[in-house]
Amino acid sequence: MPSIGAAMDNRKTEDPYWQPLFDGYAPAREWMARNPPDVAIVVYNDHANAVGLDMVPTFAIGTAESFDVADEGWGRRPVPRVVGAPDLAEHLVVSLMDDSFDLTVCQQLDVDHGLTVPLSVYCPDPGEAWPCAVIPLLVNVLQYPQPTAGRCYALGQALGRAVASFPQDLDVAVFGTGGMSHQLAGARAGLINTSFDRMFLDAIETDPESLAALTREDYIREAGSEGIELIMWLVMRGALNPKVTRVHETYHVPASNTAAALALFDNVAGGVA
Amino acid sequence: MAEGKRLAQANYVFDGAHSRRGYALNRMCASLTDAANRERFGSDEAAYCDAYGLTPEQKRAIVERDWTGMLDLGGSIFYTFKLAVLDKLSMQHLGGVFTGMTAEEFAATMRAGGRCFG
Repeated sequence: MPSIGAAMDNRKTEDPYWQPLFDGYAPAREWMARNPPDVAIVVYNDHANAVGLDMVPTFAIGTAESFDVADEGWGRRPVPRVVGAPDLAEHLVVSLMDDSFDLTVCQQLDVDHGLTVPLSVYCPDPGEAWPCAVIPLLVNVLQYPQPTAGRCYALGQALGRAVASFPQDLDVAVFGTGGMSHQLAGARAGLINTSFDRMFLDAIETDPESLAALTREDYIREAGSEGIELIMWLVMRGALNPKVTRVHETYHVPASNTAAALALFDNVAGGVA
Repeated sequence: MAEGKRLAQANYVFDGAHSRRGYALNRMCASLTDAANRERFGSDEAAYCDAYGLTPEQKRAIVERDWTGMLDLGGSIFYTFKLAVLDKLSMQHLGGVFTGMTAEEFAATMRAGGRCFG
């Protein structure tokens, strides 16, 4: 969310309000620093910046050489331009299309906090350049009807097959992004549902099919109208093997109006956390 | 579907009807991602709203910062938030407006674990 980026950009990560959140990220960052990916596929949603209401793609992928950081109304975040991975992205488009996932293809895309904040969570001080190339994969979660959780999970499975069939040997990370329970508007603004979030955090590793079976009404009722962002985690989970190793997990309330969590999985069974 | 409809109405779920009703208002808010537009908006808000074809009710909601009214008239929180940011207001301020609290009360409620429903 924007406020996590703002806390980092304004050097507030050691403030009492923010410190528990950022402390929770530390072990994941250390593991990622030891296992840096060549490419990160970041599954995220645009927040009324690159995508307006004229055309709302359900799933879209960025195939450009690079992506500018969006001005979301408060100036651009002071973070590096995002470098793409066009060869892999093109391969993903073809492979996913052949697998019946008809993605919108973006040759020009300004990436907003939905993409850059997760990159900052991975790498808080990138200097002149992010440590890996990035393929943005956008999911519409703002406008009803969003894709079903099941469809997101199936897209993830197809994405996993697509990555595996790329001829070049690359280390690829998949970031599934989105806040846990939260609702911004209406009488239920401020909603947090810790028991749903804990259930989700557990099941995303061990029983993602049960999460894929939930309806969008289930997500909105239980996790709030913006908690439906959790469907993007299922794209990530689908791309991984059925058995994974949970390296790290952290859960914190609140980050602004949202329950925030991070779960890091190594794509092997019985790996070392 | 019945539950979906109830949920949608109670929670400002942004569906097709909402998107049609709020098209001009949301497009105007989205334009505030451009620094020159932010300046133009600031110099004459009502004229800026007219240029984007807002209805008189939508223009009133914008000029009077009627945050709930904007949503009732088709606004999406992700779009109207850009206007809040221009006013240097946080999402917690808006959360307070939507729930009858001050920004401080709303922030304290979130720090205490958020609002629990059911």
